[in-house]
Amino acid sequence: MIAWMNWTPSVAIFFAVIAALLAVMTVFEIISPCTERKGFLPIETTRGDRLFIGLLSAAYIHLAFLAVSNISLWVALGVSVLWLLVLLRWG
Amino acid sequence: MDKIPNNRAWWLVLPVFLLVAFSALIPLMTVVNYSVQDIFGPGQAYFVGTEWFKEVLTDERLQDSLLRQFLFSGAVLLIQIPLGISVALMMPKSGIKGSLCLILVAIPLLIPWNVVGTIWQIFARGDIGLFGWGINQLGIDYNYTGSTVDAWLTVLLMDVWHWTPLVALLCYSGLRAIPEAFYQAAEIDRASKWAVFRYIQLPRLKSVLIIAVLLRFMDSFMIYTEPFVLTGGGPGSSTTFLSQTLTTMAIGQFDLGRAAAFSLIYFLIVLLISWLFFTAITHADKEQ
Repeated sequence: MIAWMNWTPSVAIFFAVIAALLAVMTVFEIISPCTERKGFLPIETTRGDRLFIGLLSAAYIHLAFLAVSNISLWVALGVSVLWLLVLLRWG
Repeated sequence: MDKIPNNRAWWLVLPVFLLVAFSALIPLMTVVNYSVQDIFGPGQAYFVGTEWFKEVLTDERLQDSLLRQFLFSGAVLLIQIPLGISVALMMPKSGIKGSLCLILVAIPLLIPWNVVGTIWQIFARGDIGLFGWGINQLGIDYNYTGSTVDAWLTVLLMDVWHWTPLVALLCYSGLRAIPEAFYQAAEIDRASKWAVFRYIQLPRLKSVLIIAVLLRFMDSFMIYTEPFVLTGGGPGSSTTFLSQTLTTMAIGQFDLGRAAAFSLIYFLIVLLISWLFFTAITHADKEQ
């Protein structure tokens, strides 16, 4: 069942982190339900919306780093995490 | 918000979630795995990191087909949306004429993609096709297998013929939903036809139009069968759009790693644009 999927450790970690993020957000939501609010983004967003925007922009940040530079992707990861935190707090 | 929402209804979504897991999530995870490896056969896979992504992002052939794809989708929207609105405005409001118009307009939508391609391939031929022959008889040199411009025009015309009816039908239903009182008020104010369109019909069509734009964008962005049957992507690679490039890479050259990286980037573009449209739709609903 698993063999044809050709799992590699890095991809497994990637999906595990996403799954963990979703789980943490679910628990967080149960403990303190959030409401839509407006931050620096032009639209009203919930916590989940901001997480989605953060993850999607993280993908684009990584692709941009790959496309135009030879800088290590760890830098891109750092930028993405920072951006995600800013987005979650003030977005 | 002091009321705690009951979330138990989410359990009803579980079957769909399981279905989606099998039909989408597991294949998606597999594609991500493929995109970081060089796979020669079962048990012969080598980890290459982000090399495929780097190659795909800097590949000129792919950049060209991405650019063509955006040009095509842009042209499709620019032509089909205004045309669809005007067709809907001209259709009779009710009665037997209205029903007849609806059926006539809907016919192209019923034809399968590859048949549409075949119809136009014959229709546009210079020797036996009515359209191609007619244009050539007018003294215009037209040959969609030889000229890039002609090939583009033919593919565009085919798509307009096939899909403008969808926009027209959506707009027609939107127009029918406008209460008669609005028109009566406009008549009392002696509003011109343009004013009626600009201040009554167009704002009321907003949410229908967003759906039409989204559907037409997505469909034209993943177009494959029609140009493949009509021009085969030629002349040269002038009508080779994204999905055809991807198919050639994955099935023709069996370049799985590169194709996986490419399809993930394709997926990200589609995801971003769908999300933008989705946000626009939900906000348009809120304003109403």
